[in-house]
Amino acid sequence: MNLHEFQAKHLFSRFGIPIPRGYVARSVAEARKAAEQIGGDRWVVKAQVHAGGRGKAGGVKLAGSLDELTQYTESMLGTRLVTAQSPTKGLPVNAVLIEEGLDIARELYLSALVDRVSKRILFMASAAGGMDIEEVAAHHPERILTARVNPVVGLQAYQCRQLAFGLGLEGKRVGEWVKIMLSLYHCFIERDLSLIEINPLILTTQDELLALDAKINVDDNAVAVGRQPEIADMRDLSQEDETEIRAAQHGLNYITLGGNIGCMVNGAGLAMATMDVIKLCGGEPANFLDVGGGTSTERVTEAFKLICSSPDVKAILVNIFGGIVRCDMIAEGIINAVKEVGVSVPVIVRLEGTNVERGKELLAESELDIIAAGNLTAAAQRAVAAVAR
Amino acid sequence: MSILVDKGTKVIVQGFTGRQGTFHAEQCISYGTQIVGGVTPGRGGERHLDRPVFNTVREAVASVHADASMIYVPAVYAADAILEAAEGGIRVIACITEGIPVQDMLRVKAALTYYDAILVGPNCPGVITPGECKIGIMPGQIHKAGSIGIVSRSGTLTYEAVKQITDIGLGQSTCVGIGGDPIQGLSFVDVLQRFEQDRQTKGIVMVGEIGGTSEEEAAEFIESNVRKPVVAYVAGVTAPPGKRMGHAGAIISGGKGMAKDKFTALVKAGVATVRSPAEIGSTMNEFFVG
Repeated sequence: MNLHEFQAKHLFSRFGIPIPRGYVARSVAEARKAAEQIGGDRWVVKAQVHAGGRGKAGGVKLAGSLDELTQYTESMLGTRLVTAQSPTKGLPVNAVLIEEGLDIARELYLSALVDRVSKRILFMASAAGGMDIEEVAAHHPERILTARVNPVVGLQAYQCRQLAFGLGLEGKRVGEWVKIMLSLYHCFIERDLSLIEINPLILTTQDELLALDAKINVDDNAVAVGRQPEIADMRDLSQEDETEIRAAQHGLNYITLGGNIGCMVNGAGLAMATMDVIKLCGGEPANFLDVGGGTSTERVTEAFKLICSSPDVKAILVNIFGGIVRCDMIAEGIINAVKEVGVSVPVIVRLEGTNVERGKELLAESELDIIAAGNLTAAAQRAVAAVAR
Repeated sequence: MSILVDKGTKVIVQGFTGRQGTFHAEQCISYGTQIVGGVTPGRGGERHLDRPVFNTVREAVASVHADASMIYVPAVYAADAILEAAEGGIRVIACITEGIPVQDMLRVKAALTYYDAILVGPNCPGVITPGECKIGIMPGQIHKAGSIGIVSRSGTLTYEAVKQITDIGLGQSTCVGIGGDPIQGLSFVDVLQRFEQDRQTKGIVMVGEIGGTSEEEAAEFIESNVRKPVVAYVAGVTAPPGKRMGHAGAIISGGKGMAKDKFTALVKAGVATVRSPAEIGSTMNEFFVG
């Protein structure tokens, strides 16, 4: 789960991490009021969407007057912002963050994430703040400093000092940096985060360290088990795909892709493999859909409804490996679903596993427009052929 | 021989009396696994599925000499259950539970270094040595005792591979589902190492997917340490970056974890890779005919 920048900064301030003065605004009036409360003569207007690359996409503007602030706020609120990292149709801007304008002396980078290789929380810092960190990592790996946290003892101050001195910080800034890192670690653990990224973390000309940007991802599992109720309340459904939300409500794992062959599969690995084989046969999958290992007739019906809700779908490929779930039960589910939903595109079904013969008989007897396929490759080829027609 | 579990393995079920625990314990019992009891805190002293229920793993180990455990407790209690098993003296812990918070697993992983226990999973189908011992949720009947070791991050995709290996007549020595989470117990390398040393295993099937770099690490290991034929498939060539494809660990992030990089590493290591999972069986068969 992703947080908005303003939500992330709210968490930062709760954990004692310094941020610029600012307020979230959902209207021009609120934006002007925010600017007046902050004071000064220039403000930054930042579109609040769940995507990076906002600056280049026109989602971050420096206003030198209240008129400019009004103009920028109006131009962002109620629109969809398309960035290099957003979906192609963009994301709705329902709020902007108004912040004080600051004089920047240095731009640093600091992040923390769950590192799968070392199985530790990994901190990364760089003096090359404000840049695309993946570019820095690819071309100048020596410019990235790291610290791995042993979960038994937690992040130690010396690890933070190593990074501070490595970045060339001096005097009181070293102690402030240590405090920022320790607070971030505390926040990371307490709130079950999976990523914090501050790019840039700035040193102002007044020698203050501040988190100028803030990106936070939260561990979905921790939210799902109910131990982060405050974080769960921060979820903004407007930033998520509608079909994916609907799917999740029915315990289905669904991801919208670009193609025209709808897929319904049991198991995440097999679902990915099905998409891959469709592509291998010259087709394009419309979605990833895992109905779960132990699926039921109801879920199969819901899955069909979801797939059919996309106008782009020209054929549906069902690929089920019946293990503990029997193929005859799955076949009945498919037949009911096709009848109930009134599927109008060709449905190609590949069943394998327990009671597969009975399952195939049921499909044949149903007199529905269901094409049976013996293996995954044949099924994908038939789906591709059906779409080409 | 086989790896991890065999006919002598005595298994307890943590989360024994729950719906999942009961159903899968019954399946394992009918497969022939020695399920010697289970643990449900507060239900100690009762009998379930004609076997004793204990309050703690320690009591179960002392009383019925269990050396393996399969865990079905809810995600929020799973880390506790794994550590209880390790502390209680269990040797092989198969954690089936899906959805464990990642930071719980970071702590578990660090703590497990203090024990001799082997963790399989979490978020996995478990481990099976066909004809001897099934610990997990995989359908027993598609397996056949034989010579091919299978290791996989997926569930149903593993069953595809298993069925093909059964159909060509080779059968399996042991199948290990290492699970779909980002932080897991046994890794590909840990399992490959065991298969390489196991005399029953003549060939290895490895089923990977997008996310992380464990396939790349496996490729490096295979290149210098594995003499037996390896057939590998990696799911998710068409998966978009930044999206979690069902499994918590199946995500391409920061340009890392792409299927094509994994294929490249495996090919470089001399592994027989297949672009469709339908070709796993036939490709393995080529090593054993003529």
